[in-house]
Amino acid sequence: MSVRHGLLALLSERPRHGYELRAEFERRTGSALNVGQVYTTLSRLERDGAVVGTGDGEEGRSTYALTPAGAEELHDWFTTPVTRESRPRDELAIKLALAVGAPEVDVPAVLQAQRTDSLRALQDYTRLKARADAVDDLAWLLVLDALVFQTEAEVRWLDHCEARLVRARAAAPPGPAAAPVRAPGREGVRR
Amino acid sequence: MSAVLELRAVTRQHGAGEGLVHALRGVSLQVAAGELVAVMGPSGSGKSTLLHLAGGLEAPTSGEVLVEGTALSGLSRKRLAQVRRRAVGYVFQDLNLVPALTAAENVALPRELDGAGARAARREAVEALTEVGIAELADRFPDDMSGGQQQRVAIARALVGDRRLVLADEPTGALDSETGEAVMALLRARCDAGAAGVLVTHDARHAAWADRVVFLRDGRVVDESVYRSPEAALGTLGSLR
Ligand SMILES: Nc1ncnc2c1ncn2[C@@H]1O[C@H](COP(=O)(O)OP(=O)(O)O)[C@@H](O)[C@H]1O
Ligand SMILES: [Mg+2]
Repeated sequence: MSVRHGLLALLSERPRHGYELRAEFERRTGSALNVGQVYTTLSRLERDGAVVGTGDGEEGRSTYALTPAGAEELHDWFTTPVTRESRPRDELAIKLALAVGAPEVDVPAVLQAQRTDSLRALQDYTRLKARADAVDDLAWLLVLDALVFQTEAEVRWLDHCEARLVRARAAAPPGPAAAPVRAPGREGVRR
Repeated sequence: MSAVLELRAVTRQHGAGEGLVHALRGVSLQVAAGELVAVMGPSGSGKSTLLHLAGGLEAPTSGEVLVEGTALSGLSRKRLAQVRRRAVGYVFQDLNLVPALTAAENVALPRELDGAGARAARREAVEALTEVGIAELADRFPDDMSGGQQQRVAIARALVGDRRLVLADEPTGALDSETGEAVMALLRARCDAGAAGVLVTHDARHAAWADRVVFLRDGRVVDESVYRSPEAALGTLGSLR
């Protein structure tokens, strides 16, 4: 996610102070920015002519406003889809891809540990959603919904992996690699 | 706090010899008042069996089931039937609504069987139908309702009166996602109001309403996910909101 575009979006509503940008970004997205990130990004935006700072120049007291160039950059960002390639690599898929070939790995236990962790996250999101206000917290609810759908998809994918694993092991010729799939026991599961 | 439902090292076998099936292999579980527990697991892992045992519909092969501290194995048939009617509410996949009775009559039926007067039973039934959002359908017959509406009637029937234990087996199975969410909100509210709930579901989104999610595999509990606190939930997001 680009902090740069996040700040431009908030400034497109009205001019704001740096500390206000930070608080508002977090309120809407649930994602925290540190002060350094905000001011570094603002000075880059200013250098690039996307925003102008006004006020006495003292950092916390400057007010920043969007310029026409900044508005154009923001428009491009909103109208360009986020490509799948630009997202971070899926560590979980990579981990499982490597786990199925690795000796001594209890893959069902790996799947279950992940499933438990994902469910716990889903429990968290569900409670946070229940506490949010449908109107005042609209932006925040959209973010939570995204997390819910992603996590739900992950759990379904884990179930699918488990079924695929069982089928693959059943179809594999006998040998060390075709050891029966063990049910994950508590001892095998990272808590 | 004492548990409303307690399973102590419960096993359940079906059949014998070649056909012997271990549906549950030693499950222990406690559900306190106010708590909603979800049970997840692949088909055949023993989820429905667990609910049947919890509600006294089947007896365990070994181990003990206690409802509000009373061991079900020690009860006479008559007392067991009473506990099933008074303390336990069920919502099963198969709704079991009586087609010849209206929604309100279906919901009132368990209360009437339990000796409540017809008037009181009707009033409680309408309250329960109101709670599930279909008070206006009280005098309609099941065949004249949508699947989602019938499901709500079945849930009202499970909630009517003062049930301390609500057992639900895939209650959202046939519902569209919005109605499913509404059903979950109802179950959650009932538990927040003091009931103990056990919900079987394959839908992670619905299981996530629970305080605890128990994972069954081959008749055993293999893991559990416990909701912690709002602070921890926010911590998950790396934010101090
Ligand atoms: N009445 C029965 N007779 C024989 N086997 C049964 C009976 N009920 C359940 N089983 C078996 O017990 C196991 C667990 O079943 P069940 O509790 O229905 O699982 P789930 O609800 O998780 O799909 C399955 O192998 C099922 O075939
Ligand atoms: Mg079942």
